[in-house]
Amino acid sequence: MTTPSDQQLIEFVQREARLIDQHRFEEWLELFTDDGMYWMPLEWGQTDPKLTTSLMYEDKLLLTIRVERLKGNRTFSQKPKSRCHHLLQTSQIDRRDEANNEYVTWTPMHYVETRFDEQQLYAAWVTHTLTVKDGALRIKLKRVDLVNCDAAFGNIQLFM
Amino acid sequence: MDRYRGNADAVKGLIRDTEVHRDVYIDDEVFQLEMEHLFANTWVYVGHDSQVANPGDYFGTTIGAQPVLMVRHTDKTVKVLYNRCPHKGTRITTEACGNTGKFFRCPYHAWSFRTDGSLLAIPLKKGYENPGFEGSHAAKGMTPVKHVHNYRGFVFAKLNDGGPGFEEFFGDSLSSFDNMVDRSPVGKLEVAGGVLRYMHNCNWKMLVENQTDTCHPMVAHESSAGTAISVFDKQPPGTKKPMAVEIYAPFMAPYEFFENMGIRVWPNGHGHTGVHHSIHSDYSAIPGYFEKMVAAYGEERAKAILGENRHNTVYFPNLMIKGPIQLIRLFKPIAANKTLVESWTFRLVDAPDMLLERTLMYNRLINAPTSVVGHDDLEMYERAQEGLHVDANQWVNVQRLYDVAEPPDATAETNGTTEWQMRNQFRAWSKFMTLSM
Repeated sequence: MTTPSDQQLIEFVQREARLIDQHRFEEWLELFTDDGMYWMPLEWGQTDPKLTTSLMYEDKLLLTIRVERLKGNRTFSQKPKSRCHHLLQTSQIDRRDEANNEYVTWTPMHYVETRFDEQQLYAAWVTHTLTVKDGALRIKLKRVDLVNCDAAFGNIQLFM
Repeated sequence: MDRYRGNADAVKGLIRDTEVHRDVYIDDEVFQLEMEHLFANTWVYVGHDSQVANPGDYFGTTIGAQPVLMVRHTDKTVKVLYNRCPHKGTRITTEACGNTGKFFRCPYHAWSFRTDGSLLAIPLKKGYENPGFEGSHAAKGMTPVKHVHNYRGFVFAKLNDGGPGFEEFFGDSLSSFDNMVDRSPVGKLEVAGGVLRYMHNCNWKMLVENQTDTCHPMVAHESSAGTAISVFDKQPPGTKKPMAVEIYAPFMAPYEFFENMGIRVWPNGHGHTGVHHSIHSDYSAIPGYFEKMVAAYGEERAKAILGENRHNTVYFPNLMIKGPIQLIRLFKPIAANKTLVESWTFRLVDAPDMLLERTLMYNRLINAPTSVVGHDDLEMYERAQEGLHVDANQWVNVQRLYDVAEPPDATAETNGTTEWQMRNQFRAWSKFMTLSM
């Protein structure tokens, strides 16, 4: 692949969510470029990830720590393990910048995370900034904007 | 069933020298009494005056269960008002913060109030010319909290008339605030970055105790901090340790590190970890910051300020501050088994932005609902909240490094793994719970 079709962008976003739902976290990490970021803003319409607090603003090293932690034998907050479910709308292609090898999609979703008898429902919009590297799509930035980003939450332990 | 109301002896009986009865964590009546007594007899943190910089600026919060407003009055002083209209009880403001101009206006019947709470105007005022209105609660306007103290920007309030004055209540513990403020080259802080709000299904005191619990990090946080270290160790040799790993790694420091850091206790339930060093001691220098501090204070004084690396300072009952990284956590009680944790961050005025960037990184890595360190801790609190319902043992143990000669309400420095500070908090709890009973 050198120039992805709209359909390939849509399918990439769907597969990304599927890997999380199926706890295939190592495969999921490989979807990120080496300098890829995962960003979950704290504020509505937030523009600055560093001088405004975020819920998450993590590079691949920090994401790897999370993935390794989820597997740990002494990760007590994952005994029993959480499970999650993404329900995505069809992604809209917001930008195709073939000259700069950058593609932006926008995907409204409902995300459910569950542990014990508790099930939490979150609604969010996901913005993927994607690029083609070594013939495959990769994530430069995954931004998750919760509709209630500034609400008081309990634990959110997996990945939206 | 009233087991504790009006029964100071029963309340005092919940606290022993080295044990605490589970009812202080799980009993609804004890919780209600905490709201009526403990949170009324003590100086409780309200907010920072940078949140209400200009006349008319307001900020809504709670003191215990009481909704209040902090507002900058037209005379530039900070007032704290109960957040209800004296007419029908309507909450005056619902936004977290804003500017009300020269007066508050109730959205229900348009009664208006000056920013000190006093009644300004009522539409169709002649309807109140009948006898008795002047002496009514309503005519007095919004009720102010009488006892308010602004300490270097940090605003506290005490709801009851009884109890100690501000200086008497906090005493030498205010030195932790001093150190945080002095870290600004111009001696000024501003709330910055936004507040992280994290809901906990546990009693608020579990969080307060955890702030000086130095025997849990290497155990409960092995999953997060331990993994951070092992993942970083697999990076290519020579990889510069990122700021995030500098933040995570010290949670895995050995027991000796925490023993030697020391704990200092003060009267009235205040105390801090990190007398000699702390998990914040070995962060990389931020370029340009030390030079600014030297220019402002001189080298000796700058070194003294930056050499003080207190870890967690507990201001009883429900505030913790981290001076070296300009972060505070407020443990807001909602029910016996429910606590809202607010983590606020500050900019050191006239210091490099990189300091705020590190503070915010710390906050999201450690204190967010999405934080793995937060997950580790909350799991333990919620397990305790459930486990305390076991009838076979109804006591929580706080005996670590107890000495029968341990003086109450003392100022002392001691081993960093002691539970003296927890005992100190519960002695203060007993005192201020029963002060007005």
